[in-house]
Amino acid sequence: MAKQYETVIGLEVHVELATKTKIFCGCSTAFGGEANTHTCPVCTGMPGSLPVLNKQVVEYAIAVGLATNCDITQYCKFDRKNYFYPDNPQNYQISQLYLPICRNGGVEIETEEGTKTIGIHEIHMEEDAGKLIHDEWNDCSLVDYNRSGVPLIEIVSEPDMRSADEVIAYLEKLRLIIQYLGASDCKLQEGSMRADVNLSVREVGAEKFGTRTEMKNLNSFKAIARAIEGERERQIDLLEAGEEVLQETRRWDDTKECSYAMRSKEDAQDYRYFPEPDLVPIVISDEWLDQIRERQPEFRTEKMKRYKEEFEIPDYDIEIITGSKHLADIFEATTAICKQPKKVSNWLMVETMRLLKEKEMEPEDICFSPENLAKLIMMADKKEINSTVAKEVFEVMFANDTDPEKYVEEKGLKTVNDEGALRTTVEKVIADNPQSVEDYHNGKEKAIGFLVGQTMKAMQGKADPGMVNKLLKELLS
Amino acid sequence: MDILSLSAVELAAKIKAKEVTVKEAVEAVFARMEEKEKVLNCYVTLDKEGALKQAEEVQKKIDDGTLTGALAGVPVAIKDNMCTEGMLTTCSSKILGNFIPTFSSEAVLNLKKAGVVIIGKTNMDEFAMGSTTETSAFGETRNPWNEKHVPGGSSGGSAAAVAAEECFFALGSDTGGSIRQPASFCGVVGMKPTYGTVSRYGLIAYGSSLDQIGPLTKNVEDCATVMEVIASHDLKDSTSVKREDTDFTSALIEDVKGMKIGIPRDYFGEGLDSEVKEAVLAAAKALEEKGAIVEEFDLSLVEYAIPAYYTIASAEASSNLERFDGVKYGYRTEEYEGLHNMYKKTRSEGFGAEVKRRIMLGSFVLSSGYYDAYYLKALRTKALIKKAFDEAFAKYDVILGPVAPTTAPELGKSLSDPLKMYLGDIYTISVNLAGLPGISIPCGVDKKGLPIGLQLIGDCFQEKKLIQTAYTYEKIRGEFKKPADSMEGGRK
Repeated sequence: MAKQYETVIGLEVHVELATKTKIFCGCSTAFGGEANTHTCPVCTGMPGSLPVLNKQVVEYAIAVGLATNCDITQYCKFDRKNYFYPDNPQNYQISQLYLPICRNGGVEIETEEGTKTIGIHEIHMEEDAGKLIHDEWNDCSLVDYNRSGVPLIEIVSEPDMRSADEVIAYLEKLRLIIQYLGASDCKLQEGSMRADVNLSVREVGAEKFGTRTEMKNLNSFKAIARAIEGERERQIDLLEAGEEVLQETRRWDDTKECSYAMRSKEDAQDYRYFPEPDLVPIVISDEWLDQIRERQPEFRTEKMKRYKEEFEIPDYDIEIITGSKHLADIFEATTAICKQPKKVSNWLMVETMRLLKEKEMEPEDICFSPENLAKLIMMADKKEINSTVAKEVFEVMFANDTDPEKYVEEKGLKTVNDEGALRTTVEKVIADNPQSVEDYHNGKEKAIGFLVGQTMKAMQGKADPGMVNKLLKELLS
Repeated sequence: MDILSLSAVELAAKIKAKEVTVKEAVEAVFARMEEKEKVLNCYVTLDKEGALKQAEEVQKKIDDGTLTGALAGVPVAIKDNMCTEGMLTTCSSKILGNFIPTFSSEAVLNLKKAGVVIIGKTNMDEFAMGSTTETSAFGETRNPWNEKHVPGGSSGGSAAAVAAEECFFALGSDTGGSIRQPASFCGVVGMKPTYGTVSRYGLIAYGSSLDQIGPLTKNVEDCATVMEVIASHDLKDSTSVKREDTDFTSALIEDVKGMKIGIPRDYFGEGLDSEVKEAVLAAAKALEEKGAIVEEFDLSLVEYAIPAYYTIASAEASSNLERFDGVKYGYRTEEYEGLHNMYKKTRSEGFGAEVKRRIMLGSFVLSSGYYDAYYLKALRTKALIKKAFDEAFAKYDVILGPVAPTTAPELGKSLSDPLKMYLGDIYTISVNLAGLPGISIPCGVDKKGLPIGLQLIGDCFQEKKLIQTAYTYEKIRGEFKKPADSMEGGRK
């Protein structure tokens, strides 16, 4: 009988913090920008320059630590991690090894077997590196230091996960917490959230962990899931063949759906960590901690509870809406303006979700403002536009946050509520379609639908279908 | 008038009184260089054109009353490990042989605000690693008192330039004695301030937790005056300290009555040259006669300072010098194959032997498996040394001792035995490990005609006590002899 294997997974998650300036200098963290324009002597490692810590980085790190139930290290320090690579201008990275800012935390995830806690070993602060651009044409490499010094936190989990589903649930959970805090937008594709997967397998029931590998270059949840499956199988195949799993770092190629070894344990660098002498220790007072604690936002669980009490919308809607901080923000802001939670929820759940799926977008990418959604809802409410027009306008608004009032005005989409004009049209439709009229009188209720359609067509869609129906019935009776 | 024999403060006063122009002062200094530089080699870079331009601007501001400071118009030399915008800054290393910074160090900016004229960059031991200024990639500097001897180091160029009157004062940096020891060897005054007093922004780091910039001057008054200008709280340097007591010239008081001076017995044991010992103890005696209370005491752990220092300083240096890799600035090897070969060749060719020795030492003590045994132990030793000083300063205002065990050695004698050279730092390095201020002031000349330095050490932030004691001693001692000018057969 084939052996049963258990997968053991731990994660190292890097999150780029949403500060306006870099961790050790005043340069902008804005994405894009001409190469080496967001740089200064500090983030390009010029001789004589010195780092100065950005306080916001510490506050974000503490906020994430508190939200993930960590102990905050109230006397913490930075250390230097020494390694030579051109994307690292000083040839050392300022990071934390000995006294990381957060330790011993954990988050709860929902699994098929119920709630499970994934432990967080530590969270530390560090600086990002620059970007190497290999110019194949001129056979040379260039460095862009715009990203050098962008603040990161690295969240190191305990090896508590046992499947790709658990990994995804854990990442979703982290992402949501961090997005709720506003500490990062956590976009995997853009690299503002990056996960390295440490994975080993062992026979079910075994106590000792197997030899683990570290998988890098995973830039979507799907890639992570595929990489976990692939690596699990690769390791089991090795063991089944009587071979050993080597402790190594591997790179996942998502297009080929396979990984290859980057470096083995033997090549592991000695980073010669030591306390960063250019920075003073960070002392986090109880008062400072309390201030940050007080500023913590309402997280998902609390929000769900409140929605249930405040708004009469289905539980399923609540779950979806609170599943994205951005979506929840839009929901709340729109509801505050138009006071119609049910309608807001409907627009988000139906049309918004449809368009997100169609355009392969994330809720975070939604660009329309709550003001405009509220305007649209109120216009439909006042029957200034009918539902078909409303959907059409919504689509435009979804694409580029167009003001629906202006759009309806410009395109002349307002519903014609002039009963006289409508009556004339209806009378004409009746006169032009004797067959349908006859069918209707013969009891074919459906025939009226055709007549409504013809009227709407004649009105170029700008009539209230309810009113058309009413008029038709009145005139045909 | 012999402009060159004036102190910095005297010169500024004469410029203010329109007895001397800034241009005349600059020209006098450059004329002096013409005469001396070929032999002494105090400077790596000279900027006569720039200096004359600055002189003109400064003169205007002095004339229209916008510049009134005590150093306005004074020609100054800067050690070549401090960044000067637009001016070559080499650390006396081949690897930075072509490096022109885009910004100036904070200490230099503070001096410029005070209206000094920067005339050039002084020679030093490569990356401040050495005690003789012989490890410079641009040739050694010679001692103005005797050209066969070293000026000390690593701020040897600065000390020699002040002693040879090739500038009116200079900035140096002190990681383990690099200001005080060359000051002692060249017969000038040198001060290492309390760690954090002068911003390190723009100082190319050797041992970040120990480095401090300080003045090398002709007398104590100049020293206090320069200190007052360069000390500042700089938000760009996280280790910079906010101090309210930087009015150092207020301590230029001729009085040591009741000043408690401790003499550590451990500083007068084996290895100390008898002439140095005599001169230093005579200085103590002189202070005692003026009313100071002088007492001997035991300062423990002195012998542990050297290993602790070389462990910590080398560890930090091994990391600080990683950025010199041929990628962004400085020297890059001519031919190479691939990245790692480029790194290896660039650094092998760009760094000198002493720098490589310390990079290797530092990399070793930080390696996994050795970190606890060496680096952590050194940090613990550092803390114990600080504690020993704390106990001493509970009893004494000032600690008095020699700066170095001997006067300046002959050229070529030190580098052949680096360990012996390291041992020469015994009296200066604990001051850096404990972050304390120290001053070196000339207190005699030995039979060979070489100057002897007296070291005064204070508790953190007690520079004023040092200045007051040194100033009083200077008055007792009287005018200090100048180097006999071998080329002119004596100028005075």
